[in-house]
Amino acid sequence: MSATEEPEVRAATPASRLAAYVRGGGVIVPLLTVTLAFLAGGLVMLVTGKDPIATYEAIWKGTGLQWLFPWTTGADRVLAASNLQQTLIITTPLILTGLAVAFAFRAGLFNIGGNGQYIVGSIAAVWVGSSFADMPSFLHIVLAIIAACAAGAFWAGIAGFLKATTGAHEVISTIMLNWIAVWVGVWLFSLGGPLQNNAQKSIPVSEDVVEGAKLPVFWGDPVLQGLHIGLFIALFAVIVFWILLIRSTIGFEVRAVGFNPEAARYSGMNVGKNYILVMAVCGLFAGLAGAMDVLGWQFRIATNDIQIAYFGYIGIAVALLGRNTAVGTLAAALLFGALLSGTSQRNLDPTIFEPSLATNLTWIIQGLVILIVSADVLVLGMIARGRGLFRRRPRAAAPAAEGEP
Amino acid sequence: MASEAPALELRGITKKFGPVVANDGINFDLRPGEVHALLGENGAGKSTLMSILYGLYSPTEGEIRVNGELVEVESPSRAIELGIGMVHQHFMLVPVMTVTENIVLGEEPTRGALLDVREGARRVKELSDRYGLAVDPEAVIEQVSVGMQQRVEILKTLYRDARILILDEPTAVLTAQETKELFEVLGELKKDGVSIVFISHKLNEVLEISDRVTVLRRGKQIDTVPTEGATEQSLARLMVGRDVLLRVDKAQAKLGEPMLEVADLRVRDDRGLEAVKGVDLTVRGGEVVALAGVDGNGQLELVQAIAGVREPESGRIAVGGHDVSGAGVRGTNEAGLAHIPEDRHLYGLVLDFTLAENLALREYRSPPISNHGLLSPGNMNQRARVLLKEYDVRGGEPDTLASSLSGGNQQKVAVAREVASNPKLLIAHQPTRGLDVGAIEFVHGRLLRERDEGRGILLVSLEFEEVRALADRILVIYEGQIVGEFPPDASEEELGVAMTGGGRAAA
Repeated sequence: MSATEEPEVRAATPASRLAAYVRGGGVIVPLLTVTLAFLAGGLVMLVTGKDPIATYEAIWKGTGLQWLFPWTTGADRVLAASNLQQTLIITTPLILTGLAVAFAFRAGLFNIGGNGQYIVGSIAAVWVGSSFADMPSFLHIVLAIIAACAAGAFWAGIAGFLKATTGAHEVISTIMLNWIAVWVGVWLFSLGGPLQNNAQKSIPVSEDVVEGAKLPVFWGDPVLQGLHIGLFIALFAVIVFWILLIRSTIGFEVRAVGFNPEAARYSGMNVGKNYILVMAVCGLFAGLAGAMDVLGWQFRIATNDIQIAYFGYIGIAVALLGRNTAVGTLAAALLFGALLSGTSQRNLDPTIFEPSLATNLTWIIQGLVILIVSADVLVLGMIARGRGLFRRRPRAAAPAAEGEP
Repeated sequence: MASEAPALELRGITKKFGPVVANDGINFDLRPGEVHALLGENGAGKSTLMSILYGLYSPTEGEIRVNGELVEVESPSRAIELGIGMVHQHFMLVPVMTVTENIVLGEEPTRGALLDVREGARRVKELSDRYGLAVDPEAVIEQVSVGMQQRVEILKTLYRDARILILDEPTAVLTAQETKELFEVLGELKKDGVSIVFISHKLNEVLEISDRVTVLRRGKQIDTVPTEGATEQSLARLMVGRDVLLRVDKAQAKLGEPMLEVADLRVRDDRGLEAVKGVDLTVRGGEVVALAGVDGNGQLELVQAIAGVREPESGRIAVGGHDVSGAGVRGTNEAGLAHIPEDRHLYGLVLDFTLAENLALREYRSPPISNHGLLSPGNMNQRARVLLKEYDVRGGEPDTLASSLSGGNQQKVAVAREVASNPKLLIAHQPTRGLDVGAIEFVHGRLLRERDEGRGILLVSLEFEEVRALADRILVIYEGQIVGEFPPDASEEELGVAMTGGGRAAA
């Protein structure tokens, strides 16, 4: 109706802000974010007297990603293969915990509870996987996975239910549920606990998953922690995530509620029911992540494992960096998987960088990613500055003006 | 007067945002003690021009003179120094602070290192008395009316010695009575030599208050004319670029079956107070029933209860003869209700959704838009394309985001979605709020067309003109009760009295 179609102003939900962010920055901003984080990490190395280039090279070798290049041959290739298997083993749960955060975000919820959901999922998986020794292998695996998904979904569903019925903020309730999960797990497997190992009375650990319930290894040596088929299950989950969110009526409601709960309510959607459903789906993904680790390579859970579990938290960084999209989450999970395995004591060349310190580097980079993603305005602002250097920009407090493109 | 230097002069102002020209060589001048109206549709460039004057944007080209002197307004604080004050459409007040505290904020009078509240209050009182603003310096902002808040905003500028006052759509938030009071205040200011830029797209107000009118269209200055001799028709033509149907012609209502029956409805608001106190009303097919009233008299809660968004306390609601009490939004919609909510941003649209998705918000669960829970984007876009064409939505394709449309086109999308559901009863809650003449004409025409198709229309509006132009019957709501029924030719005064509770006292 006029030459200058001005968009009108409105309040933005987190999901809506993020959507604007994705549209504004595209794929460039996440790449820039990562680059900045790596640069800052390099600076830390420099300050502490290490050679950043040599360190990053060693980490790169530790990831095993050079296996993908045909010119890696001979002994290098064998080592690379083994390292890449490790990278992908870690990537598998990160994809799933990433999806668990991303799905919530698309509904305008912030799921900090990925870790607790991961823990209850792994507990359920280890319990089912170590029981029913006589079951057929395939059925046993399926049952253990279903149990883990259900446990995670139930756990996250509690936060959704509390939000829908009492309005309790999901950030608070999921953090609380994380700690409850940790201490329930510790109690279950500690000495004399109900699920503690019967054969090893002096060790606070679960029973071992029976052979039939272990996920088959398709690449590498099963004894030396080869790559299990959980990777394909995670990739399948990415596809499910996309179809559910983008192509299903459920996802239509989820996104509508995420962008504008009031308009969703006025269209006849049940916002509270949506919150419960969304959280349950998130918990399902995170619980599945726990099952993949337990059935794929851990096979038992020590109380110690529960207390230091952190894959659920990395899922937050994965989702944020991946912009809560299916493909983005996959890529970000691979990045964090590679970082974690590249800096692990097993994979990193100790002559270049003390492995005991190396993991700290991962934390630094992860922290920087979260910081920079949270300070989205900063990166977008930098891009905007770059476009209009030396040009006066409207004040932040300016009222919405007509004609602004 | 012509020999005097203008208080303000804008020469050849051009503002470009990338490829978009928001202002194209605009000339504008303001004489001392004059009210100069700036008229134009949404997006015509009014706010951009005033943002340049107030130092929020710098112009791409052009110059600004204040009292004949060439100036550069690089920031709002510079604008204030130059004696320019702006009252924004959305007030910028701290709700928990008093009138005085809000006014002196940023320019607090001090005695030594201490805040001298008494001195501030004294000056506020003095200014208030001088211009007949009737502001209580001690009142807390959140406890005073919207009209009063606006007067506080005006005082804020006067306190900073503004001689040029920019009012951005000042009447958009006011009741008829408050508008009248505002115009009296503006009269006082004029007498004192204060010059006023009055931004609006309401023609009758512009004709009433201004001395001259400058009309903008698509960023260009179309004309500057003296108000004397101008008519609504002539201004509307300048504004839109063609003849506009201001008076809607409507045929005699052909009454059909009752489409909405509400009996003894009681509804509580968010605070748990009874907002609707026993309302009975009936809307028949083929008629427009207007619910008129001052904002906040229970209209919102009544509409929400009928639409199934809010659970009523007691009472009965039937749509098309089906009892829908407690049926929720979906049940009510299925019985044949459609609802254009009052705030398209908050309730009507999902701005981050595409137009196709917004148009599917009601029917996404049934074929052809979805099958067995899976959406069909192709069918969704196909249906959207048809609706966008039929409802003349401009500036968007099915995959355009709703947020990138102008207000008028956004509203057309909301109207399209609701009307396309083929309802028995259509509730239109302030359907033209914030829209310009062209879009209002479209919405009004569409509502009447649907009425002639035999649908029942319940129009909830705060605008006298809208109510009288469209309604076949006018119901006045006051404090949660229907206090009177009027024919469409009832006088503004009659309605006004009823809307403020006078009618009930007399009855």
